[in-house]
Amino acid sequence: MTYMTASATHPDRPVLSGRVKAALVLFILFALMPPLASALNDPFYVLIGTRILAYAIAAMALDLILGYGAMVSFGHAAYLGFGAYAVAILQSYGVNDLILQILFAVAISAIFAVVTGAISLRTRGVYFIMITLAFGQMAFFFFISFSAYGGDDGVALAQRSTVLGMDLLGTDYGLYYVSLALLIALFALCHRIVGSRFGRVLTGIRENPTRIEAIGFSPFRYQLIAFVISGCITAIAGVVLANQAQFVSPAFMSWHKSGELIVMVVLGGVGNLAGPIAGAVAALLLEEWLDALSEHWKLYFGIFLVLMVLFSPHGITGLLKKMGIVRGQQ
Amino acid sequence: MMNLFVLQLLNGVQLGVLLFLIAAGLTLVFGIMDVINLAHGVLYMVGAYLIATFAAATGSFWWGLLLTLPAAVVVGLVIEFVVMRRLYARSHLDQVLATFGLVMIANEAVKMIWGTSPLSVPMPEIFSGSVPLMGPLKYPVYRIAIIVAGLAVALGLFIMVNYTRVGMLLRAGATNRDTVSALGVDINRLFAIVFTLGAVLACLAGALVAPILSVDTGMGESVLILTFVVVVIGGIGSIKGAFLGALLVAIVDTLGGVFGPILLRSVLDPSAAGQVGRVLAPMLVYILMAVILFAKPAGLFGRRA
Repeated sequence: MTYMTASATHPDRPVLSGRVKAALVLFILFALMPPLASALNDPFYVLIGTRILAYAIAAMALDLILGYGAMVSFGHAAYLGFGAYAVAILQSYGVNDLILQILFAVAISAIFAVVTGAISLRTRGVYFIMITLAFGQMAFFFFISFSAYGGDDGVALAQRSTVLGMDLLGTDYGLYYVSLALLIALFALCHRIVGSRFGRVLTGIRENPTRIEAIGFSPFRYQLIAFVISGCITAIAGVVLANQAQFVSPAFMSWHKSGELIVMVVLGGVGNLAGPIAGAVAALLLEEWLDALSEHWKLYFGIFLVLMVLFSPHGITGLLKKMGIVRGQQ
Repeated sequence: MMNLFVLQLLNGVQLGVLLFLIAAGLTLVFGIMDVINLAHGVLYMVGAYLIATFAAATGSFWWGLLLTLPAAVVVGLVIEFVVMRRLYARSHLDQVLATFGLVMIANEAVKMIWGTSPLSVPMPEIFSGSVPLMGPLKYPVYRIAIIVAGLAVALGLFIMVNYTRVGMLLRAGATNRDTVSALGVDINRLFAIVFTLGAVLACLAGALVAPILSVDTGMGESVLILTFVVVVIGGIGSIKGAFLGALLVAIVDTLGGVFGPILLRSVLDPSAAGQVGRVLAPMLVYILMAVILFAKPAGLFGRRA
């Protein structure tokens, strides 16, 4: 494993600039979408677009650990839920400010991620996947039985969040562009993290934890910090999602959502940050399209997934090798 | 209070036995093939739907059960041959994606074939009714029958794993796949046998529980996650671990839901105790998992750290 994966790693420089270029193209397309939608007289697309932006943030955050740290977290939908419930909870206390809600969401997520991450990271491989899934379900069941906020049925939000007292998110367009700004800012943050010394160590741990340990880094600490950062960014996606739906329910946290996030990351290409953004766009558009074609869209989506894994030569990751980084087995 | 305790303990054991049937297959598939199969809960659901169909067609639970088992073998072999076989050499990520796709396909296909309204399966005549346990306490015969059937299967598995040639290969495969293969064992056939065995056990669990549950599309999901917890607690690849883990998880889950709030009432006022109890009860098994993993990262009987 050690030599194979190490040799399969691309030198970082060209990948970096390619990643930024791809992301810039995506951001420009995102920015042009609302005028186009209103020209087509179909402003409903703006709301769908906001949903895509939210999932793009989440998928990018998941890629930070899945792609760069080889940690397949199957419980990331929990953080979407924390973000969404942070909005609902603060709103019930009369706090509507987006920034405070984001801070609250990040705080809850950081605590949850530190505790569950510290336990999950004691294991790897199949164990790690199952344990993160189980912790995700734990959070899910917590909010199912949390009757103060609607339990299973969820709770409708009276209004969208405000930004420093301004009603920036009042219109669908405002919400869309604020979400896009968040995506761009968070992409810049992730890009910095990945390019930093911290990111190098993380990638090194993915390739060969023993060597990294031998040169004096503690893999556990780096992985845990990455896990927490990823969870916190996903929570911001949850804050956006709550504002988009103006509704919060445990459905945001079901393990199917965690699975869909993984699908987005892999669809777009693992380990390059821009890929998952494109993956979120592709997966959600495919979903909308199949949904319009048939009430049984999940059947076709499932078939698509299975075929894609089975009939691309080295899995989807191999097919997208040129876009990013190959992950080793395990 | 004592009566309630005995009753809930029996319910816990009954759930534990079912969880064991499902977890046994899953832990073997994980342990021997190193494949993560999210679609294992689907097999449990399919078992319940199969018996609902066969029992309705033949008018008898027993004929239904008799037809479900060979059908389960076919389902297991088909899934192994069409999908799983191609996943053994893949990364865990690919396995997660493909079996996640299988879950979506199966859930939707079941909805298309059987509709969305829950089905019910008639209880077999001789097991209907209740038996007196102690004092005024009665317990449904069918639930006792499930416990007995599950324990019998567990015993059968135990004998198979520990005293037969196939069992020896299973144990060897769970310890070191490559060596077993190098010694001239047809590893593909072994994988097919293991997967199909797991599928039959999961279908059997679904078939057994069908008369006391409503059969619907969501039933595989809740069980899948609990089964994961069981496998993680017991240690991947260990049948013994799966058995103890299943009983532990089921009993904690069942008793915690009932006695959690009662115990909390001694430290909190009643309404707060009710609230906290309701929120905590469904989380108990996960907390249990966290505690066990914290002490033993490879589970109670896990081989690899």
